Amino acid sequence: MMNAQPTTTATTLQIDAAGLHYRQLNAQLREAVNGQGIEHIAITNVYGQRYIGTDLHRTVEIHIHGTPGNDLASFMDGPRIIVHGNAQDACGNTMNDGEVIIHGRAGDVTGHSMRGGTIWVRDDVGYRVGIHMKAYQDRRPTIVIGGTAQHFLGEYMAGGVLLVLGLTLGPGERHAASFIGTGMHGGVIYVRGELVDHQLGKGVGQMALDEEDERLVAALVTGYAARFGYDAAEVLDGPFFKLMPLSLRPYGRLYAY
Amino acid sequence: MLTRMSSLENPYGDDKVYDACGVFGMMDVTGDRFGGQDVVTGLVNMTERGNGLGSGYAVYGCYPEHADCYAFHVMYTDVESRPQVETRLKGDFVMVHAEEVPHNPTPELHDAPVIWRYFLQVDAAHPLVSLLGELEYVVSRVMEINTSGIGAYIYSSGKNMGSFKGVGFPQQIADYFGVAEYEGYIWTAHNRFPTNTPGWWGGAHPFGLLDWTVVHNGEISSYGANRRFLEMQGYHCTMTTDTEVMAYAADYLMRRHSLPVEVAVKVLAAPLWDDIERMPPDERALYRALRQVYGGLLMTGPFTIILARHGEMIGLTDRLRLRPIIAASKGSRLYVSSEEAAVRLVSPELDRLWSPVGGEPVIGRLGVPLRLPAAPVVRQRAPVAIA
Repeated sequence: MMNAQPTTTATTLQIDAAGLHYRQLNAQLREAVNGQGIEHIAITNVYGQRYIGTDLHRTVEIHIHGTPGNDLASFMDGPRIIVHGNAQDACGNTMNDGEVIIHGRAGDVTGHSMRGGTIWVRDDVGYRVGIHMKAYQDRRPTIVIGGTAQHFLGEYMAGGVLLVLGLTLGPGERHAASFIGTGMHGGVIYVRGELVDHQLGKGVGQMALDEEDERLVAALVTGYAARFGYDAAEVLDGPFFKLMPLSLRPYGRLYAY
Repeated sequence: MLTRMSSLENPYGDDKVYDACGVFGMMDVTGDRFGGQDVVTGLVNMTERGNGLGSGYAVYGCYPEHADCYAFHVMYTDVESRPQVETRLKGDFVMVHAEEVPHNPTPELHDAPVIWRYFLQVDAAHPLVSLLGELEYVVSRVMEINTSGIGAYIYSSGKNMGSFKGVGFPQQIADYFGVAEYEGYIWTAHNRFPTNTPGWWGGAHPFGLLDWTVVHNGEISSYGANRRFLEMQGYHCTMTTDTEVMAYAADYLMRRHSLPVEVAVKVLAAPLWDDIERMPPDERALYRALRQVYGGLLMTGPFTIILARHGEMIGLTDRLRLRPIIAASKGSRLYVSSEEAAVRLVSPELDRLWSPVGGEPVIGRLGVPLRLPAAPVVRQRAPVAIA
């Protein structure tokens, strides 16, 4: 397969990724963004190339057409990525800043160790989403999930925000995830819908939203609705509740007595 | 497609490899046979997941001209043992045809053993056959040669099916055996990143016994316990890697004990005790009994496997889904893969794509329309706003 050379139109750099190895593709992206300062890129024929968006240190908007590979936007620090398709596993791994908008589903360990920025997923997500997310000072990583999540959502979560809207659930269908927030010791998970206690990890409790929570959820739902074409008011009708760790140091007595 | 394998080599010389195994499976539930190119394309797209130390393909329906014969693929790590093995096979079976497995010389591949295939019929009058039954007799012959220590391994032994595997990247092994030229209605494939055990030709996946095959991404932490259980039932592990127990466990549970797939997978990936306690009484009793009777075949540790035999292809992960799995369908075709992109490359348009939860099998059955998850709910009010 011949690899087409990148072509630049007046505003958008077009890259045909057919047959490109991820190292070739990401080298082209680095040259375009870090080298030439191009601010708008569209990549077509993406079939599993990994690490797209890693190592780009400027403001840039990248449209991905296809199925990007694992570790999309890993360590990403600022760009905005729009996926017209599904994301695979570990999207946003240790992401520091920027935005990923996925017009589809995202796989396992989405937002793994995320440090900042926002991931917006239109549909469902896989296992262990938000595992080990952490907030620090003004960094507050956020993942908004339009559908539902599979098990171990927010595992070992240390900070940041997860919002699960349940919009893909059928009438009367409930979130099926278990082990939600297992090992969680920081941050908050907002859920639209209902959960029973055995779906929660040990040391996590369900609480009502306070005013500050409501403002944050309203802002995130509005952002979600704007990105994917939903009616925000209808989604905000709820019901919502939040999950928080009951202790900030659940194992403090085990390791430091 | 990711085809530049040379670029995958670690250029820093720091001995680090960031990989995981990759699995890919395709079945046409109408029994329609198709060539191997699609499965090669899918697996090669996940070249990144392996490190060149093993790849392989299993195909069902590939020997219609000898459909009634057991097709033994025999790997000779010691070529001197071939006459001895052939003498034994001729004594134990009616040998209908024998030939070296066709292959294309490939300088990049190392230590390739000599591989022959034998098409064998069982002589019903043989006293051991009437004593053991035909299938048990075949198993006993396979185990005898594999444990004889003469440098010969029967790694594929079903009728009208075969495994093609070795040490190399997916494209290299496909080219070596001309995999694309075979046709079948079930294909499974594997790209290996060995973790704990050697990367040798016999240790590549698929592993098989009779017409069972398995390809596996992960580690079976319970290997020791599983192996001891299986050895007591007459299965001997000779391939020096954990996945082998999965093939023998499948044979034991589903052939010898005639458990349906839906039940057997609950032995391999048993529900957690907490979940069992919340089940209705009948179900609770069943799952308790399964864990008690077959506790030695509980597979712990992370795994995604694709099991296959004639008529069935089964995708399964460990109960906590510590390895990825994607299932998809298009018409009568079922796909199971480590990554979605591999499926999309083979079939850009899909009827369904889903991610089965841990311990829940994806099953394709010959002649049975695919059971698919409900169609996704779409509640969007306005056209997608592309920001």
